[in-house]
Formats: sequence, structure tokens, C-alpha cells
Amino acid sequence: MELRTRRRLTNRIALGLSLAAMSFGLFWLCWILYTVFHLGLSGLSLDLFTKMTPPPGSTGGLANAIVGSLILVGFATLIGTPIGILAGVYLAEYGQRTALGVATRFINDILLSAPSIVIGLFVYAAYVAPMGKFSAMAGIFALALIVIPVVVRTTENMLLLIPSSLREAAFALGAPKWIVVMRVTIRSAKAGVVTGVLLAIARISGETAPLLFTALSNQFWSLDLREPMANLPMTIFKFAMSPFGDWQTLAWAGVFLITMSVLALNVIARVFFREPTKS
Amino acid sequence: MVADAPDLGPGILHAVAVGERIKKRPTGRKKPSIIGDLVFFNVTRVFAALVLLMLGGIIVSLVYGAWPAIERFGIAFLVRSEWNPPAERFGALIPIYGTLVTSAIALLIAVPVSFGIALFLTELSPVWLRRPLGIAIELLAGIPSIVYGMWGLLVFTPIMSQYVQPIMTGVLGPIPIVGALFRGPPIGIGLLTAGIILGIMVIPFIASVMRDVFEVTPRLIKESAYGLGATTWEVVWRIVLPYTRVGVIGGIILGLGRALGETMAVTFLIGNNNVLDTITLYAPGNSITSALANEFAEAGEGVYNAALVELGLILFFITFVVLALSKFLLLRLGRQEGTTT
Repeated sequence: MELRTRRRLTNRIALGLSLAAMSFGLFWLCWILYTVFHLGLSGLSLDLFTKMTPPPGSTGGLANAIVGSLILVGFATLIGTPIGILAGVYLAEYGQRTALGVATRFINDILLSAPSIVIGLFVYAAYVAPMGKFSAMAGIFALALIVIPVVVRTTENMLLLIPSSLREAAFALGAPKWIVVMRVTIRSAKAGVVTGVLLAIARISGETAPLLFTALSNQFWSLDLREPMANLPMTIFKFAMSPFGDWQTLAWAGVFLITMSVLALNVIARVFFREPTKS
Repeated sequence: MVADAPDLGPGILHAVAVGERIKKRPTGRKKPSIIGDLVFFNVTRVFAALVLLMLGGIIVSLVYGAWPAIERFGIAFLVRSEWNPPAERFGALIPIYGTLVTSAIALLIAVPVSFGIALFLTELSPVWLRRPLGIAIELLAGIPSIVYGMWGLLVFTPIMSQYVQPIMTGVLGPIPIVGALFRGPPIGIGLLTAGIILGIMVIPFIASVMRDVFEVTPRLIKESAYGLGATTWEVVWRIVLPYTRVGVIGGIILGLGRALGETMAVTFLIGNNNVLDTITLYAPGNSITSALANEFAEAGEGVYNAALVELGLILFFITFVVLALSKFLLLRLGRQEGTTT
């Protein structure tokens, strides 16, 4: 009897702690989201979308930063997605056991978690230093390099989920392999691949570290890809670290915008396209 | 796995349609050539190789950029604590110390919590709650690190300095050796605060790996244990955990890799101080990533720049080893699973 009570007590305590751990995780999520909503919403106004980032002590908005972020993220996705999908196709369809396939898969998984600031350093050394100045183009490259591993990973996973009987059916009808891949497997895995791209966009929307020494930031309106470009993360970084109240209010509004779009992308990607890898 | 595969209906029809079209080609014309196949194969192969080249490019460019510093300071760079840009004397000890200490604090918090969360998600939670709760925890990973940084600096730091740190000093300070870590002026920003926020940031990464590997434990083994009268805790502690040990360690190391490379949150919270003459965790310090974030854009050319790039190289080397180890362990769990089922 003694032993049984003790075992049950241990079980109770352990499960209680497990519940506590779960609540601990949710607690921080709720607290952070509450603050972001509370302080971010009060900074929202039409000015945010129509006015430029102000010098300290005057009012303004984040128009140039918002547009800059959209441009950087948009072009980075456009460059990174096709590269990632093609590399993912190679891994799933040709490179299951080849040396190149095994090595690429391993390296890709490491790049997936590699510190993004190192990507920034790389682009600085390979592009910014030779060109002699910071530019939006460099920021786009840095973000694209972060998109690639995410898309490679999801594309490969999704293609591998397509049953081989489907491929065999197409082969049996005489289709060459590239037609099978392009028109049958990729098409069936479309939802999954799109999920991967959405997650990649969510990931780079909030990335600041790779922009620190590439796109830098810009106080003014600029659409020139050869010049530094304003963007939300860098603007938030600068404004949040400053002692000026106006700037901090704008930074909270920026944080609200970024957090909402990132979370929305995450939720859309997970709920509507269901993530088969997690099963 | 198959149950969750995308809808196949239209896919199959489509496969048939494509095949039909190809079959209908007049036999006199050239067969579906192998040129298309060849081109497609090689194009995808080139892009796969590009990923490998990326890694090569990162290593080469970092070594090249760091070379002036490597040449000048040699191995002493790793153990010297002086960081003096005007005199061009650089040592990486303080940033390395800051990176390691904050990551250690992060893991101390994140590992037990993640274990609890994974346990909750796999054994305790009602089935209908598992998915939403899983998504909620993964959203923690989705919040951009700059948000953690700003929130930490403006919301969490004041609470740390006003309430948490004085209480910790009161409770833990008098303990002989460990107490020294928790004394000193409670200024909020510093190694401890950065480590705590870092811990919250890596919880989702470790928890989701743990949950995934817990789920690979064969149902049969678990049910046998339950059948013998084991409690839930005993099943997890004595059956699931030993079975998935390699994967759990892999997940923890993955979290470590994340913590080591985290930049913005740490930059906001660590205090960016290049002098460290005390052991207390309340002291502001510097990490590799925060030193880069704060100083690189202004460093210009020369040895200062090279010393910072060398910091980046050290960081990349450490995270590469750590992540490769994690990947290797997780692969081993995968293989073990393959042989036993």
C-alpha cells in the first residue's frame, strides 16, 4: 500500500508540473501578445501608413519603412523560392541516395538553423564590401539566403509524401520523368510547398540581424535598390533603443504590424494547409 | 503519414491525362525526348549544389575577412579579454563568455519546461486540444526576435530590476558559492535577463522536437507498460524517455544552436559592456552576436573589422558543430526506429 501511494503521488506531482510547464509557455505568449496589442494599437493611425519616419521630437509615420519591408521581403521571396523548390525537387526525386543529395540535405538542415547574423556577414563580405556601400539589393540577397533552406526542406518533405504509385502510374503511361515531376508530383504537393513558402515569408518578415550590415536603413523615402532602404525591423531597432517617447510609440506600432503579419502567416500556413510532416 | 497526404483524386486524373496526351503523339514523330529529362535533372542538380556552395561561400568569405585578425592575434584572440578598438587590441573572451553563459541559462530554463510541455502534449492533453496547444507553442517561435528584444527591454527589464533581482539576492545571495552569482546592483539588463528571454525563445524549438520524438515511441511498448499497471509518469520516465533519449538530446542541442546564434533579443538585453570583472549574472556583458550587431556597421576597414568577422567565424564554427551533432543524433533515432519496427 505504502509503495502504491508513493507512486501515485509521484505521478500526480509530475503531471502537475507538466501542466505548470504548459501554462508557463502559454503565459509568456499571452503576456507578450497582450503588450504588443495594448501598446501597438494605441500607436496605430492613418499617419502610420502615409507619413515618413520622423526626426526625434516630431510626429510622423512608418510609410517608408513599411514599403521598404514589403519590397525587401517580396524580392527575397521571388529569388529564394524557385531556387529552393528546384533544389528540393532534386533532393526528393533524384538525390535520395546520391552523395550530393545526402551532403546537401545535411548542410541545408544546418543552414536552416544557422545564425542569421552570419548570413548578414557573408553578404557584407561578398557583396557590400566589393560594391563599397550598403544597398537594398544586399538586404534582398541576405533574406533570400534565409528563404532557400526553409523552402528546400518543406518542398522535399512534401514531395516525399506523394505516394510512388502516383508517379508509377504516370511513368506507365509513358511520361518522361521531368513531366511526371512538374505536372504530377509538384502539382499534388502544391499545398505543402505553398505552406513552406508562407513560413519562409513569415520567417524573413521579422529578421533584423541580416539587414544590419546589408540594407541598413534609411530615414527617407527611397525605392532605389542600389541605395540603403528603410525597413520595419531596423527602424524598430533604432527607435526602441532611443530615449524619445515619439519614437518608442512608433516602434510599438511597428512591432504590432510585424507581429500580426508574422502570426497571421503562421496561422494561415498551419491551419489551412495542414502540416503533414507533424503527423 | 499517408492519411495526411494531400488529396490525390485530381492528381491521379491528371497523371492519366498527361499520359494520354503523350501516348496520342503520332509514332512517326520523335519520342518524348530524353533531352527534357536531362535538362531538368541537371538544372535541379545545379540548384542543389548551390546550397552546398552557399556553405562554402560563407566559410571562405568569413576566413578571408577575418584573416588580418587571425594573422595578428593568433590563438591568443580566444583567451584575451581586452577589447580596445582605438588601440587595435582585441580579444574574444568576453563575448564568448557572454554567449556561453546566456545560452547555459537559457537551456537551464528551457529544457525542463520543454520536457513538461512535450509530456503534456503527448500524454495528458485531450486529443482535441493537442493541435491548438501545439500551434500556440509554435507561435512562440514565430514571434520575431526583435519583438522579444523590445518587449524584454521595455516591459520585462523593469520588473526584473524592481522585483525579481532583489528577491533573488535575498533568497539565493547568502548561499555560499552560488550566491556570488546573484549579488550586485539589480540594474535589470545583463546576462541573467538576456538568458531568461533566450530561454523562452528556445522553448518552442526544444518542445516541438521532444514532442515529435515522443510520438515515435511504439504504441505497443507503452501499452504493455500501462497494462502492467505503470502510471503515466512511469511510462514517460522509464519507457518513452529511454527509448527516445538520442532524439531528446538532439532536440536540446538544436535549442542550444538557436540560443548561441540569437542576435536581436540579446543585443537589446545584455547591456553591451566589454568590461567584465565580476562573476555576478546581474552584470551587463556582451555576446558574440551583440558585439557584431552593435559595432560592425561602424567598424570600417582594418583590424577592427577583421576582429569582428573573426567573432562571426567563431560563432559559425561553434553553431555548425552543435547543429551537426544535433542532426546526427536525430538521424540516429530515425534509423533506430527504422530497424525496430
